[in-house]
Amino acid sequence: MYSRPGFATLPAMYELDAVRVSYGGVDALAPTTLSIAQGETVVLLGPSGSGKSTLLRCLIGLSPYDGTLRFDGAEVKDWRPVRRRLGYVIQEGGLFPHLTARGNVTLAAREFGWDKARIDARVRELAELVALDAAQLDRFPAGLSGGQRQRVAMMRALMLGPDVLLLDEPLSALDPVTRLRLAGELRDIFARLGMTVVMVTHSLREARFFGGRAILMRDGRIVQQGDIADLQTQPADDFVAEFLAAEEAL
Amino acid sequence: MALSSPRWLPQALSFQRRTGGRRRARGWLVLAAVILALLIPTLAQAKPVTVGSKKFTESVILAEMARIALEQAGVPATHRRELGGSRILFDAVAAGDIDFYPEYTGTLRFETFADRKLKDDAALAPILAQRGLALSKPLGFSDGYALAIRVDTAKRYGVATLSDLARHPQLNVAVSNEFVDRADGWRALSAAYGYGAIKVRGIDHDLAYRALAGGQIDVTDVYTTDAEIAAYNLVVLKDDRAFFPRYDGAFLYRRSLPAKAVAALDALAGRLDEAKMRELNRKVRIDGMSETDVAREALGLKADTTAQDTLWSRLLARTREHFALVAVALGLALVIALPLGIAAARLPRLGTLVLPLTGVLQTIPSLALFVMLIPLLGIGAAPTIAALFLYSLLPIVRNTHAGLTGISPTLLDSAEALGLSRKTRLLRIELPLALPTILAGVRTAAVIAVGLATLGAIIGAGGYGQPILTGIRLANNGLILEGAVPAAVFALVIEGAFHLLERAITPRGLLKSTQ
Repeated sequence: MYSRPGFATLPAMYELDAVRVSYGGVDALAPTTLSIAQGETVVLLGPSGSGKSTLLRCLIGLSPYDGTLRFDGAEVKDWRPVRRRLGYVIQEGGLFPHLTARGNVTLAAREFGWDKARIDARVRELAELVALDAAQLDRFPAGLSGGQRQRVAMMRALMLGPDVLLLDEPLSALDPVTRLRLAGELRDIFARLGMTVVMVTHSLREARFFGGRAILMRDGRIVQQGDIADLQTQPADDFVAEFLAAEEAL
Repeated sequence: MALSSPRWLPQALSFQRRTGGRRRARGWLVLAAVILALLIPTLAQAKPVTVGSKKFTESVILAEMARIALEQAGVPATHRRELGGSRILFDAVAAGDIDFYPEYTGTLRFETFADRKLKDDAALAPILAQRGLALSKPLGFSDGYALAIRVDTAKRYGVATLSDLARHPQLNVAVSNEFVDRADGWRALSAAYGYGAIKVRGIDHDLAYRALAGGQIDVTDVYTTDAEIAAYNLVVLKDDRAFFPRYDGAFLYRRSLPAKAVAALDALAGRLDEAKMRELNRKVRIDGMSETDVAREALGLKADTTAQDTLWSRLLARTREHFALVAVALGLALVIALPLGIAAARLPRLGTLVLPLTGVLQTIPSLALFVMLIPLLGIGAAPTIAALFLYSLLPIVRNTHAGLTGISPTLLDSAEALGLSRKTRLLRIELPLALPTILAGVRTAAVIAVGLATLGAIIGAGGYGQPILTGIRLANNGLILEGAVPAAVFALVIEGAFHLLERAITPRGLLKSTQ
């Protein structure tokens, strides 16, 4: 069910050629070559410090890198125009506390000159998608629950109608009930919008829940990638076997 | 002058209730209007002849006498009281901040031009002329050093002159510490009169009179016109060998002073002697009369009852002066410190330069800074504002820097990930998030400025410091409180006003109460 043959033939959203991030001579991300197809769902998996968040941050230009990174067929020189086609959601939402939920969601659209009618229509559409009502949108982040904040963050990420959604452990700060509900909603949204999705998680179960291609990382390197089931049946090395077994056990 | 500032205030406060950025913009406009309304009367004064005075009673009386004499002669004059010491007054008259002030020939010879080693008072004239200055004809008294003794002691031992003193080494002599140390002080005096057998002690000048009255000491050094000489029933020992230089009182004026004014000053020549001057000092220092009344009396005029100002009118005028000093300094500091703080946060290298630099400014002793600024900016409001401005920089720069660098990196990433421009990020995200910290810095700067502005009175800036200064001079606690209490209340009002301002312009999402 989760194997998606044929992505290799679709045009690539991202093409990384020897992309490397180092801080003071230490590689946070060893030179990495990777291609992500349009519409593909990719889950970056690995223990903390494995470089999965760094890789994700490269995909939106927040980490300075060496090497070549192509987005939608062109090498990225200036990230600002590219970022309008990307949605970014981080743990606990990263909402601006001084703006209401609506202020957070509409900030970028106002910057890019959308008129009020267009903004209002888009906000209504997205609120329905993530199941938030108008009263909740007028609250400040501090007045919202963790799950509501993450829904607002999704709205903010989706506001401009991006081609790609980048998520950095979007569910890990939530209680189990909220997490399960939101995970289901997110999976529906991904399926409905048909976007390219790259998600960081340290949870094997989350990775399996969202499906797609799993990329397992360790010490800034990709150790193995493919279907979760394949990783489990044919682990590339002892680390993969051990990591997957440990995640399964606890 | 007719602009009534209080009417603005309720309006200014009502803006908090409205919402949106327009409220903020209008709030700033109103604030700017209030500041202007308070400043215009201060800045737009016509320029009459200005007399300055040093920060002791005699100088204030003499300057007041001159002011009244000038007005009697039809020359409009104002008196900037208690500007400080000889150095400040001399610089002020040389720079044209004031037109003249009461000075002593001895002070000019032995202090101002000490390095010239002038032979006599006559040698002063050409040196002063080089600087465009001149001395009026002497007023008739010398306020120099002398030794004083109680009248009854003098009678008992038959001591009337300094020579007589040498014959009575049993007398208990204590002189001010300053007089012991001076080259032309006790040692030279002792050599001139043969006081080798007399044992001398040092004593604080203010305590000396009480010690004399109580009989703990018999002889001390005094200034010849000290009010206490009359009050404590003392007699000045005659300087029969003319050891002490003369400190003849006269007015040091700019040669640009109108001839009519110079004539009025010269007309005061010979009107006073030491006994008369002592009497005038006593009326102010001991009887508690105002300098103005004493000066009018000395000129043979009746006390002026029409010009009596009330406590409230004085308070209002000083509040206006004080507010103007603080508001202008703070406004300027904001204009400079805010961008500086932003730049320091953006460019860490600049930050490591700017932050310690503003910190160093803060460590300059305030009195030293005030006095150091006089050669650059003259006396009055300008150097005071400059000093307050410099002291306000640190809290604002530091808090702006701290507020901006303290923003969570995930929020900065989120703003960048949204594809917002640098300008939008700064104006819509970073500054609003840093605003509570920045405002706390501005509030700190404001409260410090309110307190420091009282020191401005020393260099003629007015404000609440003026009655404090006069009160210290006259040992009048009531006057000290008349300045100190409003200054404290003003600081509290500023605190409160900033509290309201913080609530009004801090983004609602950052206020604790919304959670």
